[in-house]
Amino acid sequence: MRNDSVRLRICFDKHGKIRFTSHRDVARIWERTLRRARLPVAYSEGFSPRPRLSFGLALSTGHESNAEYLDVELDPSRLTVDIEELADELTAHLPVGMTVRELRMIDRTTPSLQQAVTSCTWQIDVADTDADTVTRAVAHALAADTLIVTRERKGKQVTDDLRPLVLGIDVIGPIEVEHRTDSGTVRLIAELGTQPRAVRVSELLAALDPPLEERRVQRLHQWIMNDEHGRRGDPLRAAVPLTPVVAT
Amino acid sequence: MQKPARYIGCEDGARVPAHGDGIVSWLLTYPDTYEIGLPNQGLQILYEIINERPDGAAERAYSPWTDLEPLLRRERIPLFSVDSHRGADQFDIIAFNLSAELTYTNVLNCLDLAGVPIRSADRADDDLLVGVGGHCTYNPEPIADFVDFVVLGDGEEVVGEITALVREWKKAGKNSGTREGLLRELAKIVGVYVPSMYEVRYEDGALVEIAPRHADVPTTIEKRTIADLADWPYPKTQLVPMTEVVHDRLSVEVFRGCTRGCRFCQAGMITRPVRERPAEQVRTMISEGLQRTGYDEVALTSLSTADFSGIEKVVTDTVTDAGCDQVSVALPSLRVDAFTVGIAAQLQRARRTGLTFAPEAGTWRMRQVINKLIREEDLYGAVESAFSQGWRRMKLYFLTGLPTETDEDTLGIAEMARNCVALGKTHKSSASVTVSVGGFVPKPFTPFQWFGQNTVAELQRKIGLLRDDTRRAKGVQLKWHDPKATLIEGITSRGDRRLGPVIEYVWRNGGVFQEWSEHFDYDLWLEAMAANDCDVDWYVHRHRTEDEVLPWDHLSAGLHKDFLWQDWRDALDELGLEDCRWTPCYDCGACTGYGIEHRVASATPPAGGSQGTGVDLGSTRGVPVELVPRTEVGVS
Repeated sequence: MRNDSVRLRICFDKHGKIRFTSHRDVARIWERTLRRARLPVAYSEGFSPRPRLSFGLALSTGHESNAEYLDVELDPSRLTVDIEELADELTAHLPVGMTVRELRMIDRTTPSLQQAVTSCTWQIDVADTDADTVTRAVAHALAADTLIVTRERKGKQVTDDLRPLVLGIDVIGPIEVEHRTDSGTVRLIAELGTQPRAVRVSELLAALDPPLEERRVQRLHQWIMNDEHGRRGDPLRAAVPLTPVVAT
Repeated sequence: MQKPARYIGCEDGARVPAHGDGIVSWLLTYPDTYEIGLPNQGLQILYEIINERPDGAAERAYSPWTDLEPLLRRERIPLFSVDSHRGADQFDIIAFNLSAELTYTNVLNCLDLAGVPIRSADRADDDLLVGVGGHCTYNPEPIADFVDFVVLGDGEEVVGEITALVREWKKAGKNSGTREGLLRELAKIVGVYVPSMYEVRYEDGALVEIAPRHADVPTTIEKRTIADLADWPYPKTQLVPMTEVVHDRLSVEVFRGCTRGCRFCQAGMITRPVRERPAEQVRTMISEGLQRTGYDEVALTSLSTADFSGIEKVVTDTVTDAGCDQVSVALPSLRVDAFTVGIAAQLQRARRTGLTFAPEAGTWRMRQVINKLIREEDLYGAVESAFSQGWRRMKLYFLTGLPTETDEDTLGIAEMARNCVALGKTHKSSASVTVSVGGFVPKPFTPFQWFGQNTVAELQRKIGLLRDDTRRAKGVQLKWHDPKATLIEGITSRGDRRLGPVIEYVWRNGGVFQEWSEHFDYDLWLEAMAANDCDVDWYVHRHRTEDEVLPWDHLSAGLHKDFLWQDWRDALDELGLEDCRWTPCYDCGACTGYGIEHRVASATPPAGGSQGTGVDLGSTRGVPVELVPRTEVGVS
């Protein structure tokens, strides 16, 4: 890391058709957006310099979000942007469906998004199942001591207990949603832990009994646990603020 | 489903045009995946030009991958545009870009998914009109039964003429029985070929004539050529995809056409003459394009890009204009000399990718035959220069199966590669060279159109020779194109209308995405040939004679057939031919026939003479001339 760089943390959302882009696609979209906005992004040294961007937890292709985060290292010697107008300026250069919600200059000592985020809140619309079945499946999982899943990792079968990472699930519905024309959709609001690894929505639904299938999924929040009393904040507010503000 | 972002559109630069009465709607379709098709510049140029017209609307479609197709068929969803997700059946014209013969079965699949009968003869008046353009259309006969019209040459002007004609037809209501009349009118537009207006005659299994059915339909269909690239600064708003594509960067076409005269190269023959874009316009297109798109890389596109008169200045300006930003410049088509490497070093300041050179053949004799007049010292000079400036690996492209090729010529490829690695090792012990070998497919409108292509067995034997010879050569990595795919390309490249049922057979038996090795089905093609009494040997491996009627003889790229025949004889005599950009005209026909000229900013050839050989070819005035290889090693 360059000693003189400053860091910008951006919160953005992702809705509509653009949800079908991958995490890597979003990284490329941001690289182009920052160049179009002429933001003085710091580059890595070496044979193939890369812009210094770091993204938080990957969002699965097809999922929408109100709470995506990105840290950008900037070169302060060339920094002439107006931070008040930057959010709108960046949104103007982003594709339709992606909007900057909020941004803030943060201190370089702030831990990275990958390290710091402890949980996410998800809104999960479940396909073709009645509310009673869903409620029973969720209650059963929450009452259990363990929620064992097996998955393949580097060619080996690995067993994991998801239960400690399932921090809460509420069942709502059936509700009317715009993309469904029939009787309605059952919706879950789930808070899922991300340390030591992030629970994927699809593996949670597959681990329920009976297994459920996702329809539309949206990340509502990312959280950082600040202290032992269970107080938490979002990655913008939990970050170490930058003082004094360098942007002019 | 894999990569759903292929189907969402949402590109920066995408349009959602109005449709309706008085507006002719085109569905511009690339018959391969989105990742391959999106960067296609020809399609993007026409997309903009049509959408700028008050009577035109253009959207885009790409072949749905094999995981989406069954879903479309099950749900009865037609092929759709990525721009507004409108069904193909709601357009007036579906037009395909044909850049590779192996995509033909995908064309049939797209037509079927669009809900249109695959054969032109079976279409009703209000069915989609089916058009094709692109380099493969210089021999459209294998797909003649499936298309309504074919555009030869530059599409910039002619799409407007077609749009105007179809607009009037649409205004009149596309009435019953009028489709035939429309096609006949289309056939009168210069550059437009309507296969159904021509009768094909065979005698004893050989083609003897392709003649118009009507007196008002031209006997010979001439290609279209735009005189000045400066009038066509397209694409103005290049599409920026949301997902990764094969060339994910800004592209600026710096010139069109090439007169280097490489005898195997169809692109260099059919796109003559050379038309350079003014350097100032290039500069504007680069700086505005980079700012608009946010790309950090620009490719200067053309054949043999370093031949552009203003290349050094354009490169310097781009790097200077970018200021502190990290911008790289890519030259996809490099000439083999140290001058080029010097430019490349300057351009790739930001991110240094590999360097690619195309000597095409392993010996000087062979390169004289193909008129790719690169001396060994040109190549070694370039390689020395590249390694000394920090490159550690490079790629060399070669062809095998060329006319008159001996085993000595083939093995010359391996020797060149070893010598390049040896040069590299003096700079860096990890230096390596990748040799990529493709089987040669003779193409229409080239001097090699009469040559009998090597068999699969012969190509495999030659690749085997190279494998054996490079097996122990440290730092040489050999890659080769599948000779079986080369054979199938050969069938479709010079075939006639009797191949229509063969292509249909392959498609009906599931043979789509034949460009993709995981889907390519060699046995299915051979089965289709046999089932339709088409002899592979006759179509592919047989040498043609001077008097033979070729399936594309009624089409014209401007080149005189006797020029091509003479060039073929010169090739067999190992005689080189100059680049006429900077030397007297040898009347190939491309300029004189159309009353146009080269548009080249610099009257002097680049360093090294008109063919980069260091030999002044112009002084003898007698062309072609024999070139004597010089033996000293030139290193700059």
